[in-house]
Amino acid sequence: MTSKTRIPIQLQINGHLHELEVEPRVTLLDALRDHLGLTGTKKGCDQGQCGACTVHIDGQRVLACLTLAAQAEGRAITSIEGLADGDGTLHAVQAAFLEQDAFQCGYCTPGQILSAVACIREGHAGSDDEIREYMAGNLCRCGAYPHIVAAVRQAALEIASSMETAS
Amino acid sequence: MRDFSYLRANSIDAARQAAALPGAMLLAGGTTLIDLAKCGVTEPEIVVDITHLKGLDGITVDDRGAMIGALARMSSVADHAEIKSRFPAVSDALWQAASAQLRNMATIGGNLMQRTRCPYFRDPANFPACNKRTPGSGCSAIGGVTRGHAVLGTSEACIATYPGDLATALVAFDAIVHLGDRQVAVDDFFLLPGATPEREHAIEPGEMITAISIPASAAAGRSTYLKVRDRQSYEFAAASAAVGIEFEADGRTIRDLRVALGGVATKPWRARAVEEALKGKLLEPDTVRRASLLAIEGAVDHGANHYKIELAPRVVARAILKMGETA
Repeated sequence: MTSKTRIPIQLQINGHLHELEVEPRVTLLDALRDHLGLTGTKKGCDQGQCGACTVHIDGQRVLACLTLAAQAEGRAITSIEGLADGDGTLHAVQAAFLEQDAFQCGYCTPGQILSAVACIREGHAGSDDEIREYMAGNLCRCGAYPHIVAAVRQAALEIASSMETAS
Repeated sequence: MRDFSYLRANSIDAARQAAALPGAMLLAGGTTLIDLAKCGVTEPEIVVDITHLKGLDGITVDDRGAMIGALARMSSVADHAEIKSRFPAVSDALWQAASAQLRNMATIGGNLMQRTRCPYFRDPANFPACNKRTPGSGCSAIGGVTRGHAVLGTSEACIATYPGDLATALVAFDAIVHLGDRQVAVDDFFLLPGATPEREHAIEPGEMITAISIPASAAAGRSTYLKVRDRQSYEFAAASAAVGIEFEADGRTIRDLRVALGGVATKPWRARAVEEALKGKLLEPDTVRRASLLAIEGAVDHGANHYKIELAPRVVARAILKMGETA
């Protein structure tokens, strides 16, 4: 096994530019958690199966555990820490998860919320069946699925009505 | 995961040159490569990141067919309006694969390079014997737990199932893999395991998939992908079928038929015997069910996967009959 040199990279996370040096094998998930102290993004399976590490890259939901940190250079990354407004006002999806009690242990919740924000934006939250299909990549071992579906449905309606009001 | 050197390609030529270096592997969406590197199945010395290349993610569709850039994401192709209308089986196969996150990451070129989900292949620490991973070491699956393993195209060296959905639809509609200037039919791009299961694709070191094209046809325009699995979503196929159909002017006689199977074979499996048996025939349930049994001709089971031999023809028949209902 050869030891490889660390490489300098810049990551734009939640609107802020971070400079760090990482081994090439470091994933975006480990860079967020271990190098930058942003531990809101969770490590579940670390194998691309559970969705706990879901973040947005350029507005698209992806898995941070299967993305190399170096690959994400030059892209806009959003983690759970960047979702609420600057004044602390929660995102509609965060508020709906609280209101619907859409979690038990809470470990999968940041990934569920990031996934739900994208699911609604993609237009895939039109019915409970569609929500279940397009949220299938986020596993919840507590089995809070019925409340998660209810929260996504509520947030989708709120976001749609606030967009109508705005236009 | 063992460490590696990271190279970011800034042109297709640079990517090809880097890919020809010893121990180099191309990195696109990462959903296979990074996963398998974590399992210890692949140990690249050099990872060549091609995701920053420009101009390889286009999707164009016209009367001749579709041309899909290798770096187009699965989600972009699945949601593309013209792919949905002219190649519904391709869109169906894509949105029923993996999860929304994985589909946003995985590219079309990388999708064709997806490796098997054989649990023995994926676990080198506990199962050192795997002819696909280490040629000549034996097969841990034969005699093991085989519920997910292939019944078609197997050999004494390997019974690993090809897991993908997209390629099953592509092989039904005679898609072509573009390796720069070289073109290979999708059916020829995937290799049977035979005595060399370590070699899965007709691609040489220093070559890179640049695009996939699918010729337009009436059958592709009237097509579907039916996926049967243990869970309703986010699961690999127990058996699947890509089917496209074209009727004569009477609306009942089959002029053209395309059938391919997924989840049951060692590569995307075109079922030409079913197609030939039904061309010129009226679409009737009994005729279709009888002909669909030809899909599984030559199948060999290894115990727990025997159910696939019964399941696959039923999936084929259901998909064909579903296409008839919309006549």
